[in-house]
Amino acid sequence: MESSAPDAAAIRGEIEALKVKKKEIDARIAALEAQLAPGQVCRNAGNGPVSDKNAAVSGTEHDLTPDMIYRYSRQLLLPSFGVKGQSRLLKSSVLVVGAGGLGSPALLYLAACGVGQVGIVDNDVVELNNMHRQVIHTEAYIGRSKVESAAAACRAINSSLEVIEHREALRTSNALEILSKYDIVVDATDNAPSRYMINDCCVVLGKPLVSGAALGLEGQLTVYNYNGGPCYRCLFPTPPPTTACQRCADSGVLGVVPGVIGCLQALEGIKIASSVGEPLSGRMLLFDSLSARIRIVKIRGRCLQCEVCGENSSFSRQNFKDFDYEKFTQSPMSTSAPVKLNLLGKDSRITTKHYSEIVRNGEAHILVDVRPEHHYKIVSLPNSINIPLSTLDKRVSEISSALEQERNQKADFEGERPNLYVICRRGNDSQRAVHYLQNTGFTSAKDIIGGIESWAQDVDPQFPTY
Amino acid sequence: MHLTLEFGGGLELLCDAVKIHDVHVEPPVGSEKMTMRDLLLWVQKNLIKERPEMFIKGDTVRPGVLVLVNDCDWELSGQLDTTLEEKDVVVFISTLHGG
Ligand SMILES: [Zn+2]
Repeated sequence: MESSAPDAAAIRGEIEALKVKKKEIDARIAALEAQLAPGQVCRNAGNGPVSDKNAAVSGTEHDLTPDMIYRYSRQLLLPSFGVKGQSRLLKSSVLVVGAGGLGSPALLYLAACGVGQVGIVDNDVVELNNMHRQVIHTEAYIGRSKVESAAAACRAINSSLEVIEHREALRTSNALEILSKYDIVVDATDNAPSRYMINDCCVVLGKPLVSGAALGLEGQLTVYNYNGGPCYRCLFPTPPPTTACQRCADSGVLGVVPGVIGCLQALEGIKIASSVGEPLSGRMLLFDSLSARIRIVKIRGRCLQCEVCGENSSFSRQNFKDFDYEKFTQSPMSTSAPVKLNLLGKDSRITTKHYSEIVRNGEAHILVDVRPEHHYKIVSLPNSINIPLSTLDKRVSEISSALEQERNQKADFEGERPNLYVICRRGNDSQRAVHYLQNTGFTSAKDIIGGIESWAQDVDPQFPTY
Repeated sequence: MHLTLEFGGGLELLCDAVKIHDVHVEPPVGSEKMTMRDLLLWVQKNLIKERPEMFIKGDTVRPGVLVLVNDCDWELSGQLDTTLEEKDVVVFISTLHGG
């Protein structure tokens, strides 16, 4: 029986460990009780309730309270960060623009690490198809403001943090006022015009900008307008063509990729706020998740001819307010409403409701779905043929033979040519396809307005959307 | 000379979705050195399979494309006039906007 009895030394060891834990818990209880003491609660520069226990420890050179010392102890223990870094961090304020895939992890870490104030700007609501990457939000918040959701999560992590909610879209009309309240700006947006606007506003106000981006399986990160370094426009004076500005909603994104970049954005923000380390200015980090490679490259310095930060630039607050960023980049700031194309005449288009009647009546027709193959594999309408728009010119013969086959099968409609309908996701590519087909001899080709999204909305609510 | 060319940020889609290309390139006839100007022409002719306007505008890369020679912005080495050497690594990367 000797062998099965626990080793006395192990027991003594566990007792000691538990005693240490008990001491820590007692200290924590005392600190919390002090916070509850009546008449002792007031605001302390955004760092939460203050009591005697929360007053700065006397006889030291810092003004950290016992609570702060305990909460941030693992950061205070870092020789290169320490009390100095933490004190600076607690006095700093960071604005995160966008509470999405990048903003989610950035906000979680900024809230946890002890930044004094965190501001959040966003105008969107939480949606189910955000959840895979926008990890700050929970299902309970679906349909509610992202800012509200993110702020609640930040407060739940750190009740001593001051969270400022800006439930509005950032525009030239409000950007100067909002950004001017913060020391550091984190660009966690998802579109080109917003990126130019935030950059220019940071230059005008002299704020460092931590810029991250992610799409598909790649991410990019750099710090602009820091300590004489370049701004976004020094690197990209001319906006890219709109066709080069892909969106997560179209091209897809693996959730953890913006997660990695967002974490690094928080890190760069912390480094700047605490004056610790070397911020990623004049350098850019390129992250390729599939090949598991991170490359850090040297980029140009501040451009003397830069339109906004250059030597002879006279870009003022008024210039900023008057600048039309959507016109400059030819793309909208709000990515929730993609542009609706109007390429075809009325008689070349039918509604999804109309198409559902054609199916119900068994009319002779073929349906060509011009979405990319990997979209088609997610979901498709019955009896459709998938010919992606990019391959259409090489595969028109398949359409001819499908029409021929349909004509032979539907004897009832003998003599009548089967109709040709084209569908895509939202109704833009299908118009382009019909336009092409009409020019190549399929004169009766018709586009289904609004694509399968409209089918799901108006005909079959059970039809999956993505 | 041997060069390693890499495409990223979506530019790889213009060259059969292949990101890394180990290539052998010779300087133009009558010239002893190979510049980035020469390389862009070569890439356009030999690697870009579709939508060339997504890569080139005029005689240089389109706006929004960063060019890195040995992990260094080509603005720092003379842009189109950058002289390439054996085993150089040239990266073409499109700036991303998503989040
Ligand atoms: Zn600049």
